[in-house]
Amino acid sequence: MDFQVVVLAGGTSKKLVPLVSKEVPKALLPVANRPVLSYVLEQLELSNIKDLIVVVEGADAALCVGGWISAAYVDRLHVEVATVPEDVGTAGALRAIAHHLTAKDVLVVSGDLVSDVPPGAVTAAHRRHDAVVTAMICSVPVSGLSEAGSSGAKDKTKKPGRYNIIGMDPTKQFLLHIATGAELEKDTRIRKSILRAVGQMDIRADLMDAHMYAFNRSVLQEVLDQKDKFQSLKQDVLPYLVRSQLKSEILINGAPQGQQAKENGNDKVIGEANHLSGYNFSAQNNIIHPSAELGSKTTVGPHCMLGEGSQMGDKCSVKRSVIGRHCRIGSNVKVVNSVVMNHVTIGDGCSIQGSVICSNAQLQERVALKDCQVGLGYVVSAGCEYKGESLARKEK
Amino acid sequence: MGAQKKRAAAAAAAARVSEDPDDLARQPLQAILLADSFTTKFRPITLERPKVLLPLVNVPMINYTLAWLEAAGVAEVFVFCCAHSKQVIDYLENSEWFSQPNFTVKTIESHNIISAGDALRLIYEQNVIHGDFVLISGDTVSNMSLTQALQEHKERKKKDNNAVMTMIIKKSKPSPITRQSRLGTDELFMAIDPNTKQLLYYEDKADHSKGTICLDKMLLAENPSISLHNDKQDCYIDICSPEVLSLFTDNFDYQHLRRHFVKGLLLDDIMGYKIFTHEIHSSYAARIDNYRSYDIVSKDIIQRWTYPYVPDVKFCGNRATKLERRGMYRALEIEQSRSAQVGSFTVIGYGTKIGSNSKISDSVIGEGCTIGSNVLIEGSYIWDNVIIEDGCELRHVIVCDGVIMKAGAVLKPGVVLSFKVVIGERFVVPAYSKVSLLQQPTVHDSDEELEYADNSSGTVEFSSIQGTADQSNGEMTSESSEAHKPKLGTGGVGYIWSICEGGQEEEWRHSVAPIPEDKLTELSEAMDDDQELVTQDRTALSTSGELISDSNASEGDDNEDSKDDSVYFEKEVEATFLRAVEENVKVDHVILEVNSLRLSYNMTSADCAGAVFYSMMKLAIKTPHSSASELQQNTANIITTWQKLLKSYLLEIDEEIEIILKFEEMCLESAKEFSPLFARILHILYDKDILQEDAILRWADEKEGADESDKVFVRQSEKFIQWLREASEEED
Repeated sequence: MDFQVVVLAGGTSKKLVPLVSKEVPKALLPVANRPVLSYVLEQLELSNIKDLIVVVEGADAALCVGGWISAAYVDRLHVEVATVPEDVGTAGALRAIAHHLTAKDVLVVSGDLVSDVPPGAVTAAHRRHDAVVTAMICSVPVSGLSEAGSSGAKDKTKKPGRYNIIGMDPTKQFLLHIATGAELEKDTRIRKSILRAVGQMDIRADLMDAHMYAFNRSVLQEVLDQKDKFQSLKQDVLPYLVRSQLKSEILINGAPQGQQAKENGNDKVIGEANHLSGYNFSAQNNIIHPSAELGSKTTVGPHCMLGEGSQMGDKCSVKRSVIGRHCRIGSNVKVVNSVVMNHVTIGDGCSIQGSVICSNAQLQERVALKDCQVGLGYVVSAGCEYKGESLARKEK
Repeated sequence: MGAQKKRAAAAAAAARVSEDPDDLARQPLQAILLADSFTTKFRPITLERPKVLLPLVNVPMINYTLAWLEAAGVAEVFVFCCAHSKQVIDYLENSEWFSQPNFTVKTIESHNIISAGDALRLIYEQNVIHGDFVLISGDTVSNMSLTQALQEHKERKKKDNNAVMTMIIKKSKPSPITRQSRLGTDELFMAIDPNTKQLLYYEDKADHSKGTICLDKMLLAENPSISLHNDKQDCYIDICSPEVLSLFTDNFDYQHLRRHFVKGLLLDDIMGYKIFTHEIHSSYAARIDNYRSYDIVSKDIIQRWTYPYVPDVKFCGNRATKLERRGMYRALEIEQSRSAQVGSFTVIGYGTKIGSNSKISDSVIGEGCTIGSNVLIEGSYIWDNVIIEDGCELRHVIVCDGVIMKAGAVLKPGVVLSFKVVIGERFVVPAYSKVSLLQQPTVHDSDEELEYADNSSGTVEFSSIQGTADQSNGEMTSESSEAHKPKLGTGGVGYIWSICEGGQEEEWRHSVAPIPEDKLTELSEAMDDDQELVTQDRTALSTSGELISDSNASEGDDNEDSKDDSVYFEKEVEATFLRAVEENVKVDHVILEVNSLRLSYNMTSADCAGAVFYSMMKLAIKTPHSSASELQQNTANIITTWQKLLKSYLLEIDEEIEIILKFEEMCLESAKEFSPLFARILHILYDKDILQEDAILRWADEKEGADESDKVFVRQSEKFIQWLREASEEED
């Protein structure tokens, strides 16, 4: 398959502090007890894509991610980890690794995507229409995103509700309009010439861009070269391509004269509406690792996950939560709607609601947390009560 | 055949009754038929005969509409007559429509009505409509069943009292090149909610908005999904609730059904009235809006899309016509020479004679016509009693009653010959000309203009129409005065109407003639240019911060809006102020106007003070002056005249400081001429009590810590400030 796959794993996102840190870059953040990157890599592996480039922002993060990948996928995948400077944006990252790209088409996947759509579906649609760009579009998750802290990789700065305004033709094959970010707040302007060409356009505000794109490499590189201010694929490159379609010979001027007509017909951006399980990965039933130990009268409700080797004391109750590996949880602990990562120690009588507790953190007795994030290795002293706070160690 | 059709209609009606007995029993369905289109697109023909009586495949148009209304289960029709109302009423009185069982036709006549809006207001006053009604104009051909649309309308109305209207639409993809539908109507953009079918946006050509459609953000906030359509056509058949009439009465400025009423309702979010659409798929509905749609609808009728309203079915007392092979319709008593060739999709009316070796194809020939030998007729519409002598050629033309074409005359495509015109021997009428016995009134630039509401019966006296034209226009076009000598060849009678300027370009769009090849290529080239223009537009505009940025200007997007607003606000205030100066408006009134601007732009009074001051200084600088002292004098005068206006916004010290800052900004940027006068004008402002010393001192204090470059003006007015300081100390 003449596709190159680029996974944009990001770096240590500022939005996710304190959940991410130098030791745990965003790509390795556990979601349901697995690093978020593993979902993408495994999905790719299932599609039999074994050669890929993982782009990481920042040298430290790259080291971590590279180390983890080589340990976890040593025989299974052939991964090249590329390091780009921090804060270059997704478009900048692609620009930086442009010299690696040689194939006809490039599949770009965001490293924080949790999806059950095989990448093959996107690449096939891309090829079927000989498109310039194919973007995977999914419906906005109905619930889940509004409750804070229930998911590790959630983007907290986004307002719940509308992410994109997307215009498609009636067959849902051609992406005709996309608005992101600040444009959402303005009146929507639609070019008449595009509408004339298709006759009917369905505009939806309940769809979102799932950050999996297949690009035609030559067009992508041309756009990246020409528009050196473009920072983000989602906010700059994709809307730009969508806007400039149907007049491609003017803007994407690589096409020789003779091919213009053909190019004109083909240069459509393809949208695929597929179901996506969303960031908020919830296992259908509760999954308790056989090696986990539960004390007497401890209940684990549905939609819960309990990692290997974790121990729980008596009279605990866990609801709609994920608990990682080798956690020690005392007696009379309540965990509701929360994520507890690996090697966390929770003392007796704690109550945790809607919070995220990172690895190696320690909660002493009778701590009550509500809507909090506790950073890596942080120690919450006994009897503390916090509500809606981020707790993290001071950077050394 | 007539009986057959009646039975079918009765059966249909019976079926409907059984479906929905209460509704029909309670309220017989009414309809308003506007027998006047309130446009001038069919001139010159409509100067002599109302549009609804023009023959469409040898049957007056209104009959199609009435026949459909009857079959669709309408019990009572109010025919609103305006232009040539007497002709319409006479025709209806002599027709069979007045004697139908279960179908009443009543006429409402008025002569001083100039728009559909006025007509509906008049009908409202007469208080004859009691329930839901069908609003239609008398030039509509349809065979759709109203049952479903009506039922949907009623159900919606039950749930939501604000659903006042259901518009019938039909798929018709306009050509991307000519930007008009098959029917020659201009392109239409609609936004429809795909689930509820509510109409959310309606834009036709009259909006003149450029290459983009702008959907209000509120629309998307309320509806997660919207379908934008360019591929639909408005059938101009509306099912309305009685509220529609009262809405027209409430909004007495509504004239046009679509341009004012529909858009008015869509924009008005206070009352919350809603319009819904009903799309028809297999049935036919079209309105004859211009010559092109006349041509297209005629062809549709001949090709039987409008069944049962086709020539060989007697639906309104039309003459018996037989359908032959290849879509040929022939009435009785036709005399046709053996050598004449009559091609497919042609209708020949009663008693017409066709000479030898003549060729006729794709045309409609009326009753009692005489066609000589070696005549060529292609794609044309020849009405009744026309005499065409030997060797004439007609391609894609409309020829009205009583026209005589002398031997060898040629009509180029798109020609329209009005009643009783005579074309001289071997005369060639140029393409797209309109020929009439009446002279052309000066054409007003708007097509909005009404047809003359002339109520004299039959053919209008020539002089009377000339009189009307003279009265209303005061002058005749130079062409028509030249036209006093016949321009139609030897023996020709009539005037060739000049095509108004700018109209020439458009003429081919609405003509019966097919669009010529060269126009098509020209247009497709123009479209490419257009696209480039759009691109350029976008970039150009985005730099000025108005449109959505073209990606390279995506930064700074966020504050654009607010910046925009204040810029617009400033401009508006300036315009208001200048107008006030020119027209000597009272200060109080100006204050009122500026206040209303302030409210609508949501600005503070400091903004107002700044903007007013800015406009005053702008005016001062525009007033001619030769030296700085003169400029200062001008400024002083203006400030003296308008100090009341300015003072009304200076409630607090902050506003005064705003003025100083504004002035400073002006001196640095837009009006550098003031910079040497800064201190002096500051003094004037102080003298006139516009600025208090506190404000000036505070401004000076604020500037204390600023950059050197910022302090130019503080330095300049140092003496003045010093003096102020001392004065205040003395007071203490």
